[in-house]
Amino acid sequence: MKLSYIQRIAGAVLGYCSLLLLMAAFSGTSYAVSTADHTRFKELQQDFKSGPEVTRACIKCHTEAAKQIHKTNHWTWEFLNPDNKQRLGKRNILNNFCITPQSNFAYCTACHIGYGWKDETFDFTSEESVDCLVCHDSTGTYSKPPGKAGHPKDTVDLKHVAQQVDKTSRDTCGACHFFGGGGNGVKHGDMDDSLAVPERELDVHMDAVGEDFTCATCHRHVEHDVAGSRYTPEAAHSEDYHIHRKQFEEENNAHCRACHGNKPHKKVDKSRLNNHAKKIACQTCHIPRIARGGVATRVTWDWSTAGKLDESGNPLQQRVDGNLVYHGKRGTFTYAANVEPEYIWFNGEVRYLLLNEKAVVNEDGYVPINDFGGSPDDGKSRIWPVKVFRGVQPYDPVMGTLVVPHTTGLNEDAYWKNFDWEKAITAGMLSAGQPFSGKVDFIKTQMSWPINHMVAPAEDAVGCDECHSKNGRLKDIEGIYIPSRDASVRLDTAGWFITLLTLVGVLMHGFGRIVSNLWSKR
Amino acid sequence: MTVRVMIFKRFERFWHWSQALLILVLLISGFEIHGSYDLLGFEDAVTTHRTAAWSLVTLWIFAIFWHFTTGEWKQYIPTLKKVDAMVRYYLLGIFIRAPHPFRQTMLKKHNPLQRLAYLFLWVVISPMIWLTGWAYLFYAKWDDWGLDQYLALEQVAFFHALAAFMMLVFLIAHLYLITTGRTVMAHMKAMITGREEIDPDAEEE
Repeated sequence: MKLSYIQRIAGAVLGYCSLLLLMAAFSGTSYAVSTADHTRFKELQQDFKSGPEVTRACIKCHTEAAKQIHKTNHWTWEFLNPDNKQRLGKRNILNNFCITPQSNFAYCTACHIGYGWKDETFDFTSEESVDCLVCHDSTGTYSKPPGKAGHPKDTVDLKHVAQQVDKTSRDTCGACHFFGGGGNGVKHGDMDDSLAVPERELDVHMDAVGEDFTCATCHRHVEHDVAGSRYTPEAAHSEDYHIHRKQFEEENNAHCRACHGNKPHKKVDKSRLNNHAKKIACQTCHIPRIARGGVATRVTWDWSTAGKLDESGNPLQQRVDGNLVYHGKRGTFTYAANVEPEYIWFNGEVRYLLLNEKAVVNEDGYVPINDFGGSPDDGKSRIWPVKVFRGVQPYDPVMGTLVVPHTTGLNEDAYWKNFDWEKAITAGMLSAGQPFSGKVDFIKTQMSWPINHMVAPAEDAVGCDECHSKNGRLKDIEGIYIPSRDASVRLDTAGWFITLLTLVGVLMHGFGRIVSNLWSKR
Repeated sequence: MTVRVMIFKRFERFWHWSQALLILVLLISGFEIHGSYDLLGFEDAVTTHRTAAWSLVTLWIFAIFWHFTTGEWKQYIPTLKKVDAMVRYYLLGIFIRAPHPFRQTMLKKHNPLQRLAYLFLWVVISPMIWLTGWAYLFYAKWDDWGLDQYLALEQVAFFHALAAFMMLVFLIAHLYLITTGRTVMAHMKAMITGREEIDPDAEEE
């Protein structure tokens, strides 16, 4: 039975209140109430005209906060992969959704935790450019529209928001992360706004009337640096519990084992599953399907069809079942909801196709923009669920590279203004400092996204026979023997043949006895 | 003139029939785990198979104890004497109502061919099925016990299934051969009541 939104919120409030009461009863104090009432702070009793003004007030007391933010990926949008030395991060890589923020910063930095990143001149050392409110808003009224380089909407009551700051929540993280790829649930498949107030079936930990985890319950932070990375994820963990991420603790603890340990299946009849965990990521069984919250996730994006306008000259838009399936600015999309992910061997090594590297088509005809390492034999891989996103995007057939299109903005070069790929890419590649031949073609690309969220209750985990069968979920996974999938064909052929032979033999023998018996009676 | 003589004692019959049931359950659930058909669903098939396997282990502990304390293990000492006669009987004699070349007694309840068949069962099929079966049951411990460098699940599963096929063939032959007694149901009745009709005048071989 589906609860209505109101019922769920009411349930959440009730649950929250009873939790508070319980905690108060046991400890005499309540953890959830802060010792500081920000409405009473003099620094916040002013009519702020801009975001940076608020930040100046914040860092008067929180003197180290902005400096800490400056060191994080959330601020730099840059990440140096320590394993393969690739320079990654949002500002460097390409994808097959909106392709890249490069040359489009003013638009894309709506999701940057700063103010004013509109081009390469942005000052990354400026403390007042740090946006405290986007993560610490508790009012739900703060928002940053695309095109303003990260500045909030003019209508936001900054004084109100600043006085109501709180810890991060599913809503604040979700404001960007639920909408990756340019829309609700578009990018990840395991993250969309259904996780804002989720039911137990959707996410057993975030269950709004149950455990009520926020993102930060697992993604713990040290000095504003949040644990968890899809550039260097940990695919297999050998250590046991380490819930408390301490200062200077390098490792990422945003994973199941941090709380559940190495042998989480305690019941005797389920203990065999602990052994499965040596080869299979927890997520593989415990996230049975993605996009389960009623929001479809996008699975393909074809940029090559973009550019169609309607009668009045506006970009054509088409929707099916509420999902945008065509947009003149972006092309054609398809979606999937409540869908099984794909499965791969994954050891945590991720290699990206960078802008200066040649695009190479794989055996399926796609250019992998990110390539996940892993094999059954390397001793550090496990079978992981991934969402594979397939697209068609512009590339340079002469240079053999993917390209940066300048899509956003109102200037003459922007694709969304004049729908001219050559102009848009010339401007984009110039901005990115990369060579462009002037020729535009389209190429099929794919990206993989590891699935980690929307963890289902144990009773909804993937059943044994969904993999232990001939055409199960792991039918394409090589390198392991799966009983029921991998029986020796030769043994079976010989075995059943001899069984049949024996059966025929005894039947003939018996028939012979009957005949001879009748014969002798005659 | 025949008399009814107790051939199969009470424990022996209990052992036989519970083992028969367990083997049937093991075959049915085992070939499902193997992937031959879909009946209980994989998880229930595994649970059934494991339960039946441990039950059979328990039964065997009693059976082995019984065999040694009663000396019944001697029933399985092989002999090649008259094996040729048994083979000839099944191939020819049985059709022309020739006399059975073997006389069942309390001390020798199995004919020579039977002895060889059971010996093969106890010496080849059973060890293969038990050793691979235990390896399978304790797959989770291979790492801890250092076995993972010697064993691969694929091979263990192969020999376990191979032994299962041999067991299946044995079962079919067994089910047929019990109809070859004095009457079609004679052996069956004997295993139920324990008593077989025996000609006391026949010579001890």
